[in-house]
Amino acid sequence: MSDIMKTVWYAIISLFVITNYGLLLNGLVRKIVARAHGRLGPPLWQPYIDIIKTNAKRTAITHGIMFFLGPVFRLAGGLGTYLFIPALYGSAVFANLSFSGDLLLVMYFIFFGQLGMALGAGEGGHPYSAIGVSRGLSQMTAFELPFSLSVIAIAMQYKTLSITGIVAAQQGGILSWTLFSNPFAAVAGLIALLGMNMHSPFDIVIAPQEVPIGPPTEMQGSFLGMLQTNRAVFTAAKLVLFMNLYLGGATNIFSMVLKTFCLYMLSVITGVSYPRFRTEQSIRFFLKIPTLIALAGIALASLR
Amino acid sequence: MPKIQDILKLANDGLPEHEREYFCDARPAPYRPLAKYVEKFMNWARANSLWLLGFGTGCGAIELRPLMTARYDMYRYGIAPRPTPRQSSVFIIGGYASVKTTKRIIRSYEQMQAPKFVIALGSCPINGGMYWDSYNTINRIDHYIPVDIYIAGCMPRPESLIAGFEKLKQLIKDGKADGANQYIENLEWYKANQKKIIKDWNMPDYNW
Repeated sequence: MSDIMKTVWYAIISLFVITNYGLLLNGLVRKIVARAHGRLGPPLWQPYIDIIKTNAKRTAITHGIMFFLGPVFRLAGGLGTYLFIPALYGSAVFANLSFSGDLLLVMYFIFFGQLGMALGAGEGGHPYSAIGVSRGLSQMTAFELPFSLSVIAIAMQYKTLSITGIVAAQQGGILSWTLFSNPFAAVAGLIALLGMNMHSPFDIVIAPQEVPIGPPTEMQGSFLGMLQTNRAVFTAAKLVLFMNLYLGGATNIFSMVLKTFCLYMLSVITGVSYPRFRTEQSIRFFLKIPTLIALAGIALASLR
Repeated sequence: MPKIQDILKLANDGLPEHEREYFCDARPAPYRPLAKYVEKFMNWARANSLWLLGFGTGCGAIELRPLMTARYDMYRYGIAPRPTPRQSSVFIIGGYASVKTTKRIIRSYEQMQAPKFVIALGSCPINGGMYWDSYNTINRIDHYIPVDIYIAGCMPRPESLIAGFEKLKQLIKDGKADGANQYIENLEWYKANQKKIIKDWNMPDYNW
């Protein structure tokens, strides 16, 4: 088998694993949230049934070309984010398509899907879509600031933008993780992760009971199926990225599952404990303390 | 002689002339089920992931709230509320439907994507109930949209709603919940009934 075919097959296997992991994680989180409410909650495999059902819809309506392309861009953003992150350090199968300098590409892909979705949802013409999009883009610009500053601190500290390089620099014991070698950068990045995962108090985009579900209001059938698949892939991809940046990566799948699960619980527990911010409160929050913490992280990295 | 495409188009004559071009005038077409076992599998998925349209159309909607709480917990049956007709598959007519509400019910029902199911909750949508002689409520909702399950009572308790959902699941799994096709095949009859009571028909003939 040629090298390219090998890479493609490895990427497919890796995607398959991460999609299922993301779906099971979503199912488990619904269960955990239900237990926090004192309910039993849906079965663990409910996300699978939901995806099959939305794809089994017999009719679908469209509002134009961008409406078609919106979910495609969103899914491409999710797949792109994952495929350029080395999921397991030192593994050929889970190395994906990463190369040196790929942290910037991954940051671009995180942004890309949301922009595509904004265009697609805008063509749906529903007022709640437009409100959701404007809220989402403004919140994203706000949490990108601490996240980017934190990435700059990491790049200064390890003198590389390659995620593999960053993970390699953190090997050798728990104290060499960024979380302990540069706690300011890590805390700022993890607060940005709370915003990215869009659980409460930062769920102003979907905002149930407020702008019912925001951007995907008009999406139905397989459009929605694509968004649901992306939700699983993208959530897992972001967790893997943050694990690589702050928690020293993973060398086997068990430590990856353990670390990403703990990272996700950070969002979930915050989500069930706090009510929702208003849009301006959320933006102000990110521009104040997390940004200052991230600047402290840069200062700490430059002192070394 | 008029072309076949023009005969199949909807007239949309409730709309003013200059607004007609903004709306779709194609006629909806009935669908055929897929191959036997594929359809069976799809029906299983449809039955186990029922998304409710979260519109309360009458006083019975108050009985839907306890379903979401810890006591009844509809989520464990794969039932979840959805805020938009585009994504939901079950429409619950919660109690009496006034003429004004019926217009919105029709509009929301047509915006849902097939396969879609309707549950008539309480006595009022079945035979008028205590509003049977009211001047502005309709007596039978199934003259205006097809209904799959009737849950009688005034008001039915959340337990009977859950029993209704279980019955609906069985119908879907057996492939008998076919309201969307029934509506499209008998569109003339339904539209005539709807236009008889809704005097200010200022929407397209089919709300795509």
